Amino acid sequence: MLKSFRGDLHVHTCLSPCASNKMLPTVIVKEAIKKNLDLISICDHNSVENVEAVRKAGEKQGLAVIGGVEMTSREEVHILGLFGDEKALWDIQNIIYLNLPGKNDRNAFGEQLIVDEKDNIININERLLIGATGYSVEEIVAAIHDRGGLAIASHIDRESFGILGQLGIIPPALALDALELSAMATGNQEKFRQEYDFPFVTSSDAHYVSDIGKSCTSFFMEKVSIEEIRKALQGKNRRRAIIE
Amino acid sequence: MKLRAVIEEFELTVKCGEDKLDEEVGGGYASDLLSDVLANGKAGDLWVTLQIHENIVAVASMKDLLGIIIINGRQPEEETLEKAGEEGIPIMVSKLSAFELIGRLYGMGISGKR
Repeated sequence: MLKSFRGDLHVHTCLSPCASNKMLPTVIVKEAIKKNLDLISICDHNSVENVEAVRKAGEKQGLAVIGGVEMTSREEVHILGLFGDEKALWDIQNIIYLNLPGKNDRNAFGEQLIVDEKDNIININERLLIGATGYSVEEIVAAIHDRGGLAIASHIDRESFGILGQLGIIPPALALDALELSAMATGNQEKFRQEYDFPFVTSSDAHYVSDIGKSCTSFFMEKVSIEEIRKALQGKNRRRAIIE
Repeated sequence: MKLRAVIEEFELTVKCGEDKLDEEVGGGYASDLLSDVLANGKAGDLWVTLQIHENIVAVASMKDLLGIIIINGRQPEEETLEKAGEEGIPIMVSKLSAFELIGRLYGMGISGKR
């Protein structure tokens, strides 16, 4: 039986540089439920260290939480990687940390809080998460796919850190699973869909609590899993992804 | 050379940071990749870029850059100016292209070699 799952696949937490310190697990989950979401994905900049906390907080309230990360390529293009299992998530984390130079400056980019499911601060991430990894977009997409994940180009309608703004084109050989449009693209979605032959999602890229669910996508599928989302993006077996 | 002299020579529009215009220009750096500026920018540098989003302010503040010149007449985002005001980072806009502006800055004695 296919059901509709309203999803926001791009939500940051207090771990992300430039995100609000109020983006705590129970707060995010509460807001997502308030916004009638069934599914969110946590994608902090270059780190997965708050995924587990939000997932646990979501479980308690019946909100599905997919683990992800927003990776920065060496061209400063943002690519979302969504993963179905914990091992893949930490694998990609290790790969990122192997090649992410620099130390954070709290005054410039924020505190980068690592928290537990009850919003307690358990650590501070000292790495320069705002920085770029040494990997090309091609290498990032390949690393995500090698671990069974979905690779989605972030906010392609935005000049800053979007693939079109940074590279000017979507490289023809780049095997992206979808392109993301931000809330700013509302009204222009058709233009992008006509120009680029890819599945599309819309999501909020929320850095602040009230932004959660500002833009989302409805997935018609059997259950929440990476494989089901993949099929929905590809329109397989009657599954669909419909942008709002 | 003071920042004020550069502004007058190239008719730059000062968007914020007016109180820093009497500081000495240490040198120059040009790049549109933030990570590159984080790695190679030096304190006191004037940074020439086309980027207009707020993260340029955080980068300039972290590296103690003297100021940011945005090229091609591009206008910084509102959040960028707000943050730059708070951090006291001068932001200026030039109508020239990067190539033209950097060439002229170099001709004026501002070097990228330090």
